[in-house]
Amino acid sequence: MKVLVAVKRVIDYNVKIRVKADRTGVETANVKMSMNPFDEIGVEEALRLREAGKATEVIAVSLGAQQCQETIRTALAMGADRGILVQTDVELQPLAVAKLLKAVIDKEQPGLVILGKQAIDDDSNQTGQMLAALLGWSQGTFASKLAITDDGLEVTREVDGGLETVKLKTPAVITTDLRLNEPRYASLPNIMKAKKKPIDVIAPDALGVDPAPRLKVLKVEEPAKRQGGKKVASVQELVDKLQNEARVI
Amino acid sequence: MDFELSFEQQELVTALKRFVETELYPHEDLVERERGVPPDLAAEIKKKAIDNGFYAMNMPEELGGGGLDALTLSLAEKEIGKAGSGLGILIGRPTRILLACKDDQIEEYLMPSIRGERKNCFALTEPGAGSDARAITTRAVKDGDDFIVNGTKLYISAADISDFIILNTVSGVEETPRGPRKLFTTFLLDKNTPGVTVTPMLSICTHGYNPNTIYLEDVRIPKSKILGEEGKGFSIANEWLYAGRVMLSAHCVGRGERVMEMTADWAANRKAFGKAIGDFQGTGFKLADMATELRLADLMTLNCAWKMDQGTLTRQEASMCNVFASEMIFRLTDNAMQIFGGMSMMEDFPIQRYWRDARVERIWEGTSEIHRDIIARDILKPYRK
Repeated sequence: MKVLVAVKRVIDYNVKIRVKADRTGVETANVKMSMNPFDEIGVEEALRLREAGKATEVIAVSLGAQQCQETIRTALAMGADRGILVQTDVELQPLAVAKLLKAVIDKEQPGLVILGKQAIDDDSNQTGQMLAALLGWSQGTFASKLAITDDGLEVTREVDGGLETVKLKTPAVITTDLRLNEPRYASLPNIMKAKKKPIDVIAPDALGVDPAPRLKVLKVEEPAKRQGGKKVASVQELVDKLQNEARVI
Repeated sequence: MDFELSFEQQELVTALKRFVETELYPHEDLVERERGVPPDLAAEIKKKAIDNGFYAMNMPEELGGGGLDALTLSLAEKEIGKAGSGLGILIGRPTRILLACKDDQIEEYLMPSIRGERKNCFALTEPGAGSDARAITTRAVKDGDDFIVNGTKLYISAADISDFIILNTVSGVEETPRGPRKLFTTFLLDKNTPGVTVTPMLSICTHGYNPNTIYLEDVRIPKSKILGEEGKGFSIANEWLYAGRVMLSAHCVGRGERVMEMTADWAANRKAFGKAIGDFQGTGFKLADMATELRLADLMTLNCAWKMDQGTLTRQEASMCNVFASEMIFRLTDNAMQIFGGMSMMEDFPIQRYWRDARVERIWEGTSEIHRDIIARDILKPYRK
């Protein structure tokens, strides 16, 4: 079984995000970029399946500008077998990513697709679900445990009320939650091998998908600065403030 | 000039950074308290380093090492140097002097060192010989096919946790037109050989990477344990001597980066008289100097490491790098103490540890005075008539 993992190039989680002066987005020039941490968990899970003999090949796919090759290389340095870059400078929104991924999946025919539950840049949390719908496959989102069974998959999901375990038929789409695993370090031998592994570069046209955005970003603003807390003398005052000042009850 | 790091270098730095922060940092307080790494923990960390290919990165690939060039190694050293030395040495970088091993020595000493099964210490200094290495008096006297060795080695780092000693001795004297000259011989000496006693010393710094005294009383060493050639002991030393100085600088830069981050964070957020202390010029200028010197030391280190790879690094350059980086880390940690104020004195707060650990950098791998002496001599040399 082939496993396909989607890896997104995002601003590194250590970087303090700044909104661009013209409010069209966030500053990405001269900013450290790295693999979306949820996708790293996805790569790790795929590698574990391969090491356990349950998967034969791990393919890392990224979509976006040419620099996304670096993110694919990082996945290859972790141990993935090969990479695919769908290269475009068009701003990609979740639906476009899902459609492009579907086209790649139609070609590659993996038994399992693993994505991060969301990317830490726009936090959309949509691509995995959209992809499963487009493919007509089962989906196990927010996975904190994944087991391959004789007749498919068993996925433990982190839901509001606690944990939910679902059985899925393969092929399936999985999105990862934080507790699924602890990603490995890229080892020195794997880092050295990464450059020799193949990366196919495909244009969206070749996949027959129009990636143009369907949503328009009007403006991007920083969240309001947090105000200092206030002490109240009594419960009555608290309720009063919640009702009349904060207007939340 | 292209200062961009390669993909491999960036990935290695990222991986090592996370390894050091995840596997080493959490144990630093324990190591400091115990003045050593508990053996089980040491074995566990070492195994993880080996599993990830981070062990023996400095040794040739064909022997099972990482095969890194000096520049990449200096980047690695910078990351490893951020952690306390007692923990950092578990990501082993066996001395390249072992590449002089031949015949049975290869399987007995070199290969197990690369695999992380054996660990060596390097015994040169003595009560009466430090930077003046030629003043050593530990005697190796021929007795048939063996040598009988007597003497004392002092400040031998990690001898307590090593299982063999790279031992430097005087094995004779030759007459030269300029008078008698000592002949030096280097041996591979198993620590459990009768007559060898290792006594740990208490040092104020680098806990876990401790200095020791080694007493050698009528120690019998067979001729087959000579590393290199009899009577030519120090001739194998120059290459790693320069490498040691550049790696020390990388270590200082890494440590400096860590302390700089902590200090900047503190100065930006600790408020006094209604504003951040970093906004007072007295503190702000300190931060500016710290960061500028750190950057300088970093660039010097990268340049020297790059020159090592080109085979063009001079003795003078290695000394300049060493003396600047080691004095930089002392000034930087001293300024950090000042900026953190009273808190920096507390033993349960790490700033004092970085300050103590920084002190030795101006002493080992050649004292500041020795390095200045080398630099001055090499400046004057071409002008002497």
